[in-house]
Amino acid sequence: MALKIKLIDVAQVIRSKNSGPYELTFDIIFKDWESFDEFCNAKVINKELIAKLYQIPAEKVINVIEFKPAKAIKATIERPIASGELGETDVYGAQQHAPLLNLEFEL
Amino acid sequence: MEELRVLSPTAILGYGFPIKSFEEGMKRHPHVIAVDAGSTDPGPYYLGAGLSFTDRNAVKRDLEIMLTAAMEEGIPVIIGSAGGSGGEPHLNWNVSIIKEIAWEKGLQFKMAIIHAEIEKELALSELEKGRITPLYPAPELTREELEQTVRIVGQMGMEPFIKALEQEVQVIVAGRAYDPAVFAALAVQKGYDRGLAIHMGKILECASIAATPGSGSDCMIGYLGKDYFKVEPLNPVRKCTTLSVAAHTLYEKTNPYILPGPGGVLDLTETKFEQETDRVVKVSGSKFIPSEKYTIKLEGAKKIGYRTISIAGTRDPIMISQIDEIIKGVRERVEDNFKDAEMKYFLDFKVYGKNGVMGPLEPQEEINGHELGIIIEAVAEDQATANTICSFARSTMLHYGYEGRVSTAGNLAFPYSPSDFKAGEVYTFNLYHLMEVNDPNQWFPIDIEIAGGRIGFED
Repeated sequence: MALKIKLIDVAQVIRSKNSGPYELTFDIIFKDWESFDEFCNAKVINKELIAKLYQIPAEKVINVIEFKPAKAIKATIERPIASGELGETDVYGAQQHAPLLNLEFEL
Repeated sequence: MEELRVLSPTAILGYGFPIKSFEEGMKRHPHVIAVDAGSTDPGPYYLGAGLSFTDRNAVKRDLEIMLTAAMEEGIPVIIGSAGGSGGEPHLNWNVSIIKEIAWEKGLQFKMAIIHAEIEKELALSELEKGRITPLYPAPELTREELEQTVRIVGQMGMEPFIKALEQEVQVIVAGRAYDPAVFAALAVQKGYDRGLAIHMGKILECASIAATPGSGSDCMIGYLGKDYFKVEPLNPVRKCTTLSVAAHTLYEKTNPYILPGPGGVLDLTETKFEQETDRVVKVSGSKFIPSEKYTIKLEGAKKIGYRTISIAGTRDPIMISQIDEIIKGVRERVEDNFKDAEMKYFLDFKVYGKNGVMGPLEPQEEINGHELGIIIEAVAEDQATANTICSFARSTMLHYGYEGRVSTAGNLAFPYSPSDFKAGEVYTFNLYHLMEVNDPNQWFPIDIEIAGGRIGFED
């Protein structure tokens, strides 16, 4: 039986930030190459997952990119409300990462 | 080719740096001290209102140290995105600080002031010509929308800086600029590779944030060679590792391999990060690919009204269990009470402990905490209306009779008297677009001035 892996156990950085006022970008930087490669091969962090996690349509996920030099997987979404717009809650976008902390995968 | 050394004292002018780190940097005899002073991160207010998000005293402290050291060493100081947003009021604010320092310290120098605010009429005419396009996912721009903009800035590339450097100025202070431009301009003027110079600028623009432990208020130095560059943090407690530097490349970027900027893209698909010493990272292989048409980014903000907020909390479990219904009830009461007054307003409740941080992106539905923080917010065309709506929503919520209520004296705990705060003008971004230009210098006029110099002082 495959073991469940918690993302927080294999990542050293999980963060969110604006990429301009209309986008939010999430960085997951892995602790070691083994986990990074495992996650890249399994393709478990993908557009569908991000869409489901943040309850947005998949077409609002702009991309999910593996960035080998930093052992990182990165996802960027369209902000539901632009930075500083009425009703918006996080001008810098730095506190939108928490749902990623709870992720668990069977690889 | 001799290495060109670029000193970056701090991530944003005014964020500060330890003097010891700066002195370490000066010992390495940099060819230029460069600093980025801006960001769109703090939101649209500062661009619209013409104010800096950094503090005047803090900016003056940083500049005083930089200018004094640079004059002694005989090297230029280059400042980009002055005053945070880089519009005319922001630029004037920064220039006045520089002049004050020159006067107080008895310094005299030739200074270039590069403007970046773009007149609305000019932008409208460019829009008509089809030369302004949205930067996805920003919405399409209409003439009506552009007419509402209170301030437009263009993000200059490195060309206006190079043009200023050709006039042998000692200080350049520029309005809104592409962050890496201040770090790359001298290098490119001297014939160094543009791609490497920009990539080094991308890392230096955040000073020691790319080191570990990272800090935005500590110095970093870059060494640019013919086919590589190196970065070194100047505080001995910090190190640059291949990982910390590569990780910084991700930061605030949509795609870390392809980084678009004025006149082209920085392509990092073949970039190599190598550990040179335990504290220094060497980078090579980064390429600049010029685009067919030179475009600059435009940023603009419009004023949408005035805001008043009220801060409160609740500790009542019965109230917490019905918070959505209570808010709905308060909204209806406010609407009903002013239905004949034809007031236009935006009323919002931020509920901390529920979804105050993530709003519509919050996946967790149930409330687990024993208390909630609530911000009641009203935005209207004038301050008086915003005050009215906020005040009325606050008093309605305070005494709202919800189902099963046992605490009949009041529903909210206010930490302050007065409970309501006028937050003033409200702006939103309405321009985040690309504009095609014929000449990279076209929209960025340069003034040359002599700053400082007390009469008879030099003798």
